[in-house]
Amino acid sequence: MPVFEYAPAPESRAVVDIAPSYGLFIDGEFGEAGDGKVFKTLSPSSEEVLSEVAQAGAEDVDRAVKAARKAFTAWSALPGSERAKYLFRIARIIQERSRELAVLESLDNGKPIRESRDTDLPLVAAHFFYYAGWADKLAYAVRGRSPLNGTSGTDPKPLGVAGQIIPWNFPLLMLAWKIAPALATGNTVVLKPAETTPLSALFFADICRQAGLPKGVVNIITGDGSTGAELVAHPGIDKVAFTGSTEVGKAIARTVAGTKKKVTLELGGKAANIVFDDAPLDQAVEGIIGGIFFNQGHVCCAGSRLLVQESVQEELLDALKRRMGTLRLGDPLDKNTDIGAINSAEQLARIRALADAGEAEGAERWAPACELPTSGYWFAPTLFTGVTQAHRIAREEIFGPVLSVLTFRTPEEAVAKANNTPYGLSAGIWTEKGSRILWMANKLRAGIVWSNTFNKFDPASPFGGYKESGYGREGGRHGLEAYLDV
Amino acid sequence: MPTTVPAYGKEAAERLASMADVTADDRALRRFLHGLPGVDAVGLQARAATLGTRSIKTTAKAYAIDLAISMIDLTTLEGADTPGKVRSLCAKGINPDPTDRTVPQVAAICVYGDMVATAKEALKGGGSGIHVAAVATAFPSGRAALPVKLADTRDAVAAGADEIDMVIDRGAFLSGRYLEVFEEIRQVKEACVREDGTAAHLKVIFETGELQTYDNVRRASWLAMLAGADFIKTSTGKVAVNATPPVTLVLLEAVRDFRAAVGVQVGVKPAGGIRTSKDAIKYLVMVNETLGGEWLSPDWFRFGASSLLNDLLMQRQKLSTGRYSGPDYVTVD
Repeated sequence: MPVFEYAPAPESRAVVDIAPSYGLFIDGEFGEAGDGKVFKTLSPSSEEVLSEVAQAGAEDVDRAVKAARKAFTAWSALPGSERAKYLFRIARIIQERSRELAVLESLDNGKPIRESRDTDLPLVAAHFFYYAGWADKLAYAVRGRSPLNGTSGTDPKPLGVAGQIIPWNFPLLMLAWKIAPALATGNTVVLKPAETTPLSALFFADICRQAGLPKGVVNIITGDGSTGAELVAHPGIDKVAFTGSTEVGKAIARTVAGTKKKVTLELGGKAANIVFDDAPLDQAVEGIIGGIFFNQGHVCCAGSRLLVQESVQEELLDALKRRMGTLRLGDPLDKNTDIGAINSAEQLARIRALADAGEAEGAERWAPACELPTSGYWFAPTLFTGVTQAHRIAREEIFGPVLSVLTFRTPEEAVAKANNTPYGLSAGIWTEKGSRILWMANKLRAGIVWSNTFNKFDPASPFGGYKESGYGREGGRHGLEAYLDV
Repeated sequence: MPTTVPAYGKEAAERLASMADVTADDRALRRFLHGLPGVDAVGLQARAATLGTRSIKTTAKAYAIDLAISMIDLTTLEGADTPGKVRSLCAKGINPDPTDRTVPQVAAICVYGDMVATAKEALKGGGSGIHVAAVATAFPSGRAALPVKLADTRDAVAAGADEIDMVIDRGAFLSGRYLEVFEEIRQVKEACVREDGTAAHLKVIFETGELQTYDNVRRASWLAMLAGADFIKTSTGKVAVNATPPVTLVLLEAVRDFRAAVGVQVGVKPAGGIRTSKDAIKYLVMVNETLGGEWLSPDWFRFGASSLLNDLLMQRQKLSTGRYSGPDYVTVD
């Protein structure tokens, strides 16, 4: 039998110039942390040190918030159309530098270049373009203030300084989700990227300078959880926006309770991907693969629970295993890589622990023959069958390339099982029956319900969760409301 | 059910016979074909597009180019075809690049039935083993009475055709007369049997551009395979929309599922509109990642093409010399 081996096709690292160290970006300038503390950021695929970044302390957070406060007066007074010009400019610079940013993101995060190149960067630019378009139309965007219905209407007011904390799974995309609506609505921001993936945010700081954004409108402070905690607790911020784990989200909610601060939280998920026996099977298999193995499963809305109708279970699992066998794991910078590295040693340990728990609790573990690189953090795409609602792997968010397969017999049972989780971020339905899709979508307690597709994102579409998946919405017109006093 | 055709193999024929109940009558056949899993067009197109983004370079590209050349059914299907044109095409099939003898030969020369003898003779001269494929059954419209179609087929087989490319009756298919289409394929398959009991390989052309929906394409694929097709083929090359990656992907999935269900392996041939090496390589990637190495051979995958070969040759020259040549460095036909 002939073998069609793809030769390595690595994207060049030469397009990105990473400095040996980076400071904090406060009031339009890069500078060291007050106490001079630094930490290293690694490439998860090779454990190579990419750069050293500053660890912001309480004093630095205070400086950043003050800079944002100072800038707020002028920034919020600008006409929307002027703010839009800056956002359009940023969007265009992102497009021009997209190759550089995609390579940087893959190096720092471990995600395959074809995802950072084909998914992350186009969406990042799209978010800035989308919110740039809203900046001068805010009176039309928000409930109750429509000049169209005969009243004159006034522009809704920005909240003030937004403290934003983003996760490591989509560093630049989450930055765009946070910064674009905040700036469009006239807020200024202090943003803290995740400890393991700070670089693209620091490159974004450079883009802000390139775009001539007024000083202090965007401030980027790097650091670990303690920096985030300082930011959330700082009395000078008016709004907290957080994407990350449910555990941290709860701590944030406790911190801001009883203050004037507004909060949006976008937390974990344990989405059900529900496949009926009349589903377009080949496309459902692709949807399941994309649902759980996209971005190594580091997706809060990942379809990590496959609910398959018992009558097609065998057929579907055969097809799924066959397809998993064709996934290519390895160098994130190779254009043919489907699955990259796990973001950090800690995350790898957590995935391993939960997968081991799955085995110990009696679920059957399967992974395709898959050679893992010797350095870096790697986990083979893994499938668990015979999983029940009582297993930990069916209840806890794994945040890795691990799929749990459960079965159901009737649509009612599918809905009951899908909703039987503390989370409610997303869900997927696969069936050729349109009426069933509509019926299910109304019953599922999830912020997004995809039908005959999965993990599709669009700046015009609101995103957010039910229950422990958080509150508030990002994206779309709904995303503007979170930054406006309405 | 079809009478056993020797070329098919006894075991395969028996397996196929085990599916006899689904072709027992029109209703059973309709129920079966409409019971196949649906195709979601958006998802299918997205998958085909993703497979098209694989980066095939250096050694992989060299391998793919030679494989693609060896899979070509080098085709001339013009009203103006002459023995001279067919002979020069045959010469090119045997020796695609006169400056480089390491280039593999093509799989077959595809001509109209009346050119089979000419092609056969021209190819024998080269001692090549290249097959002669003939289009039959009132190609490309398929609009003739069944006895005429069968005579067309027998004529080509008698003239020495190794492979017959038949078109299905799209009118019958679209109006739901599946059993009629089934019967026609079955009878053409029988007409492929030679006097000595061996048989020409049967390729069944759907003209997918006219079938319109992917669900129809999947149903037509199963219908043809149940009736005994050795190959399923997308198009004639004579209509506005010919082979596309998504349509070909449906065919690939169908042959994969058919082998899993019935145990019979069937080949796939996209035809029409595949002109560049880049396109051809995308198809090979699709075969590789949908069916695996078992289908990566001229026995199981073909390109129906006329101008593709020259682009493959130019790309091959580029790989070996590091420079682009130009259209004058390859022969016109």
